[in-house]
Parts: sequence; C-alpha cells; structure tokens
Amino acid sequence: MKELWKGNEAMAEAAVRAGVQLYVGYPITPQSEIVEYMSARMPEVGREFVQSESEIGSINTVIGVGLTGARCMTSSTGVGISLMQEGLTSCFARGVPCVIVDVNRSGCGMGSRDFGGGQDDYLRSTRGGGNGDYRLLVYIPNSVKEAVEFVYNAFELAEKYRNPVMVLTEGRLGQMMEPVEMPPFKEGEIPAWGIDGTTKIMEDYDSSDSGVVNDAKYRAKLELMEASEQRWETFCIEDAEVVLVAVGMTSRVCRGAVKRLREQGVKAGLLRPISAWPFPVNGFAELPASVKKLICVEVDNYGQVIEDVLIAAKKVEALRTTPVYSYAHHRLMTSNDVVKFVNAVNNNEVQEVG
Amino acid sequence: MRVIKQAPAYIGPHNYCAGCGHGIFVRLIHEVMEEKGLIENNVCLIGSGCSSNLKGFIKGSNKTEVHHGRAPHVALGMKKILKDTFIWTYQGDGDAYSIGLGETIGTAHAGHPITVFVINNTNYGMTGGQAARTTLPGQITTTTPYGNPNVALDIMPMLSSLDRVGYLARGTTASAAEIAKLKGYISNAVDCQMNEHKYSLVEILCPCPTNWHKTLPESIDWIFDDAVKHFPLGVFKSVKGE
Repeated sequence: MKELWKGNEAMAEAAVRAGVQLYVGYPITPQSEIVEYMSARMPEVGREFVQSESEIGSINTVIGVGLTGARCMTSSTGVGISLMQEGLTSCFARGVPCVIVDVNRSGCGMGSRDFGGGQDDYLRSTRGGGNGDYRLLVYIPNSVKEAVEFVYNAFELAEKYRNPVMVLTEGRLGQMMEPVEMPPFKEGEIPAWGIDGTTKIMEDYDSSDSGVVNDAKYRAKLELMEASEQRWETFCIEDAEVVLVAVGMTSRVCRGAVKRLREQGVKAGLLRPISAWPFPVNGFAELPASVKKLICVEVDNYGQVIEDVLIAAKKVEALRTTPVYSYAHHRLMTSNDVVKFVNAVNNNEVQEVG
Repeated sequence: MRVIKQAPAYIGPHNYCAGCGHGIFVRLIHEVMEEKGLIENNVCLIGSGCSSNLKGFIKGSNKTEVHHGRAPHVALGMKKILKDTFIWTYQGDGDAYSIGLGETIGTAHAGHPITVFVINNTNYGMTGGQAARTTLPGQITTTTPYGNPNVALDIMPMLSSLDRVGYLARGTTASAAEIAKLKGYISNAVDCQMNEHKYSLVEILCPCPTNWHKTLPESIDWIFDDAVKHFPLGVFKSVKGE
C-alpha cells in the first residue's frame, strides 16, 4: 500500500527495512529528520542509534561498525559530508561497506540553509573527495520512491564491492512528500572477513590504513564497478535532436521542458544519469544518430555535471563533434527557463563549451 | 638462566627506538588480556604516530589502524556490534589529547564502554619530536626551539569530572615498581569495560630518549624529577573506589 512519506524519513525507513544495524548522525539542515526519525525508530526495532559529536565522529563510528561487516549508515548535508572525507577515503582503503546519504544544501562555505538545496556536491561525490585515488558508488534519485529504492538496495551494492555507496539527494527531495510503497524487511549476513575479535588472518587483510597493498585489487574493482553499475533513464530520445542531460530534481524540470519543446516542434529528449559514478557513458553511446546537440542542465553555480558530459561525449565516437552546452544556475530553474535556454541555443545565442 | 615468563607468542619483535616504553606497555596489555582469556576476543584500534608501529608486531586481524585521533569513535562503533568483546584503542598523546581531544572527551562523556590506552611521551614522536599539548613548559622540541611557551595538558582532572567515566589511571614504564603498578591499572581498566560496562583510560608516561635527546637513565630521571610534577601518577577515578 502506498503511503505519503517525507523524503528524509522515507530514506531512514528504507534503511531500517534494509537491515541497517547501526545508524549514526549529527543534526544539520536539511537532513535532520533522518537523525530524528532514527532516534525513535532504531530502538523500536532493537538496533543501535548514535548521535555523534560531529560528522567526523559519524563516519568513524561507521568505520567501526563496517569493519565488523554489519550494515551501517550515516547521513548529512554537504557541509557535514566535507568533514567525513578523511573517513570516506579510509572506508575505501579498508573495503568498509557503508551507506552515506547526502541531502545537498547549495553553495560553498556554510552553504545556503534554504530547504531547496542544489547539486553542488556532484564533483566532490563522484571524484572520491578525500585523499588518494578512489571512487564511491553514487546514485542520484529524482523522487521519494527512488530515494527509498536506492537506499534499500545500497547495502547489497556496498557489500558486493566492499565500497561505500552514496545516495546523493537534494534538500527539496529530503523535504518533500510523495507516495511510496515501503519495501519488506530484510537482513544482511555478517561476512567471513568481518573483524570479530579473534586473531584470524584474512588473505586480503590490510592492517594499515593506506590501502596500498590492495591497489591492484582495487583498480580491478573500480573497473568492474564502472563496467557493471552504470544506470540511466531516457525520455523522448528516439528521434531527439537536442538532448538535455540532467540529474536528480533537475531532470524532472527537464522532463517538463522536453514536453513543451516537443509542443513547439523542437525534437528534444532527455538523458538522465541515475548513477553519477560510474557515469553512464553507455547511455550516451546508445543515443540515436539524430542527436545534434547536448545540453547539460544543473543546479550549481559554475557547472559540475558538465565535466562528465564532456568526458562522455569524448568517449563516445559518434558524439565527438557534437556541440555541448552548459546551463548551470544556483537555483532550480523552471521548465520555461530550460525551454528559453534551448531556444537560445538553437538560435546560436549561446556559446558551446565543448 | 631460567626463563620465568616469556612474552605472549603473538607479540613479535618490535621496531621502537631503544629505551622507548611502548614495548613494555604493549606486552603488559597482552599479558593482562592473556590472563583474562581475551586474546581471541579483543579488537585494538591503533592510532597514528609511534603507536601505529604496533600493527607491525602484533599478529591477527583484530588490530587495525585508524585516522589520527579517531580511534575512540571507531571503537564505539565496533563495541555497539561486538558487545562482549574487549575493544581498546592504542593512541599517543598527540593523537588522544590534541587532534583527537574531541573524540576522547566525547566518548568519555557518553560513557561508551571502551578502553583507551594513551602513551604520553610529551611530544609527537614519529614525526620527529614536535611540541604537543603535553609538552612541559620550557621544554625544547623541534617546534619550540626557544622552549615551550605553553603549559602541559593533564587530561585526568578533565575526565574525572565526567560522571560516566569508570576508571582513570596514569602509570609509567620508568621503573620496575611502576611497571608492576601499571599492570594493575591495565587490569582494572579491562575489568571496568568488561564487568562495569564503563569507559576507562590508562595513560603511561613513556620515555622517549630519541626525541628528548637524552640517554635512557637521563630520561628516567627527567620523568621522576620533572614530568610527574605535571603528570602525577596513580588512580584518578575508579567505579569501585580503589
């Protein structure tokens, strides 16, 4: 049965349903509802809730739980996720499976506390963020239903690859309510590699925190994730000449824009990356030959998703000469704004970026 | 010569400097764990600094290195899952009282049942002897070439005031008598976690001849003549009132 759930609380409940054994968090707008919800819900189901002293504390508590192989999650917004970076690089180095929910604010520094949020954490999330060369698996939902699905499935992905998984959302998704059907309860299994207090020696065990001894293994893992975990969605793409590329909530705006553009006779389509890392280059490779222009639409100040779009266009032979345009704005634009931008592109009023 | 007692087998040769107290402290911790049947039921979270050399000479996957200062939080996460396992951190004074002061006080205030072992050698040893919060006033280090202008931080009064702290003690490896006492402190700290389910911390004043630029006898004299004035030895808190 579908119920009306607020995004933040829905993601928290999805983690509970997925068998999270410990949730640790620190209050920060616009994700505080996750912390509040878990403080009541986790004891109710006989599991552990910790309110940490800081996000540094959160991620290190996650490391402690993750090293045992038990399911664990933390959440924050960009400002708090910044503090978690030293821990996240360790999660990768140590192969600690864990789930991180980032409910974006917008802007630098302390960011904007308005509840809308932005997509400014895109580059940081998809490039690792901490020291060293690593990646998180990053998924960007565009509805409460998807946010629930991605959090629910994130634990198995994290365990499969022994890699942190980030569900990258926006303030407005965390704050809004939508109908969603909660998935059934499930539980994880404690893996053989989990630290259990004994002196057992594991083959791939690395007591140091550098991960260097596993470099070859981790490179293979990254290659496998990049090949296997690309996810995307398309809309009106079959005969599209202008393809909008947008992630998260921006993709919903662009969907509306595509409809309006089609009404005007512009053959527009939408490619929506769902996995931000690995970026769905395969989705670009499958674009029809009719595509003449790529326009990346995103909610940040200078453009971040555009970098991945440019790389994808470079990787896909058919798109190497296709002009790419960037529409980045720090506030969520309307469908009309996007329509205007596309028309400006079609009238040669906008400089291509690549 | 008759061997009365050997170091527990899982402790290999270490690579600490000559005269350093780490080796004795590690052996004492393991003797206590062996006597309490915890060798196959403990996890050690190793801090950054000289303490991180520990990973090279204790065998087994139940020891693991973590970021500078963060060991108490990793320990608390682990304790939440491994509730019947002895979870301990092994940190230096820079680790526990400077970059990790928030973690130390936060977990102590919350009273998480973990045990923190701190090796206080009044400087950042591994990085070459820079000043720490524990550096004595006037002490020459590589970052206080004109003498330390600050005072030394004694963590004990601060942690003593926290209701949920179960056990606090400071010992030293600088004499045989103090080593015997220190083993008792370690034992009490383990019992505090395993039986009283409370937070415990044991600090040792550790000779650091390399960075103090002293011989070991000079180092030992300096500990008893100067360092103990700032870092008094003994038990500061015990839930059993010892």
